[in-house]
Amino acid sequence: MKKYEKIIEAFLLICATVATLSVFLITFFIFKEGLPILKEYGIIHFVFGKTWSPTNGSYGAFPMIMGSISVTLGALIIGVPMGISCAVFLAEIAPKSIVKIFKPAIELLAGIPSVVYGFFGLAILVPLIRMHILPIIQKFNGEAYTSGYSILAGAMILAVMILPTIVNISENAIRSVPIEYKQGSLALGATQFETIIKVILPAAKSGIITSVVLGMGRAVGETMAVILVTGNMPKVPGSVLDSVSTLTGTIAMEMGYATPTHQKALFATGVILFVFIMLLNVSATWTMKRLGGE
Amino acid sequence: MSNYMKMRVRNLNLFYGDFQALMDINMNIMENKVTALIGPSGCGKSTYLRTLNRMNDLIDHVKINGQILLDGIDIYSDQCDLIDLRKSVGMVFQKPNPFPKTIYENIVYGPKIHGIKEKSRLDEIVEKSLRGAAIWDEVKDRLDKPALGLSGGQQQRICIARCLAVEPDVILMDEPTSALDPISTLKVENLMDELKKDYTIVVVTHNMQQAGRVSDYTSFFLNGEIIETDLTENIFSNPNDKRTEDYITGRFG
Repeated sequence: MKKYEKIIEAFLLICATVATLSVFLITFFIFKEGLPILKEYGIIHFVFGKTWSPTNGSYGAFPMIMGSISVTLGALIIGVPMGISCAVFLAEIAPKSIVKIFKPAIELLAGIPSVVYGFFGLAILVPLIRMHILPIIQKFNGEAYTSGYSILAGAMILAVMILPTIVNISENAIRSVPIEYKQGSLALGATQFETIIKVILPAAKSGIITSVVLGMGRAVGETMAVILVTGNMPKVPGSVLDSVSTLTGTIAMEMGYATPTHQKALFATGVILFVFIMLLNVSATWTMKRLGGE
Repeated sequence: MSNYMKMRVRNLNLFYGDFQALMDINMNIMENKVTALIGPSGCGKSTYLRTLNRMNDLIDHVKINGQILLDGIDIYSDQCDLIDLRKSVGMVFQKPNPFPKTIYENIVYGPKIHGIKEKSRLDEIVEKSLRGAAIWDEVKDRLDKPALGLSGGQQQRICIARCLAVEPDVILMDEPTSALDPISTLKVENLMDELKKDYTIVVVTHNMQQAGRVSDYTSFFLNGEIIETDLTENIFSNPNDKRTEDYITGRFG
């Protein structure tokens, strides 16, 4: 009996170790491959260099960094208000019958493969932007032009992709606000809307912020959908209608044919991405702790 | 002391779905008096209390008929605005429920949503309300600290102050001391005695001695009905109904 338990224990330990070790191995590997070129080429040069031209040996990742940031920010600008509103609706306003339909539907969004999102964007959003949104913008600015492959398309697709994360976590946070707060507010003569804005959302803010940061992580890391709709031009964007390439997109597109130095440069891009995501996670944990402790 | 009937309840019935929780309730709530509602758990006294400021509206499948008049106006009719009703009939809950905000923000919450913006006016209200709830001296130096950092008894008095800040006429209290220690309980009871000079109070309590100590009138509830309502001293010394006597002397409940 004891031996049997020992074996199970050992097995569980191995499983846990493999999972943990993977993280360290991947980290180690990315840094081992990426750091030398960062040192050789110069971090500042790499991060702020504006030309990414592997054939000529220039590896300035700034356009991709800006690409990732702009697409992610765009996704947050569209997705966060929508996601939080949706969470409020589901948790506070919608009757149960509607929640029963809406909630699984939103959860289903998380299960759609990203290439399908990308394909949808490519087939529907990109032409839509080129043919219907561009003419509207041209009325105000005659010089505006876009192929449709743009930050806007990427941001719209990503906004939908991060919705399930934001909606689910925010909704849980809102639902876990004690009913006593709500009653206290209503009993003072507040309307339902005032109660939501002034009591419920502030009380749920740590969960809501966490949902936003996790959604942001998803947006930064998303590759496939973004490749298909942003046009992949390693150029610092001037407007939301410009094509951009992102950090992840560049790695995925170029790794296949890269020369050894180019490959190292892509790993260095991975290092930047890694640091980016780590910072996000740390700040998420930090805000959670800080707000949770209040 | 006035003999004005602040609230009058006529033939009130309440149903949760098919279950009838309140049966043909009639009651007069006298101005500037404390009315205690006593009775065993599940007898409908909290449900009844919540009909008086329409807090039951939050629950699905609740049906109400009958009349509740506040200063002559039926609070379930179109003549009565829900927001105004809750402004004039405040509520203090069983579990202290200050918002996760500072003490100051808790008190000004009500006045602010009712449109008071000037800082000086709000400051005045905060001091007046906290003094009214007999907690000003304890918290005046830390108004900017979170209300949740206070003790349970202090939190409950903050909730009473928060309620006073919107200047209600009637204050409903749903077992306001059941989560408090004896000393805090005593403070809240003394406070009720003070408050009735300016307000009309209806209090649900499980504690017979408390009903005896704080109230002028007492209603005994059983299975959704009022068995009897009378001056508190009569209920305790000389109840009309056998069931009231049994409950008060502790034979059931």
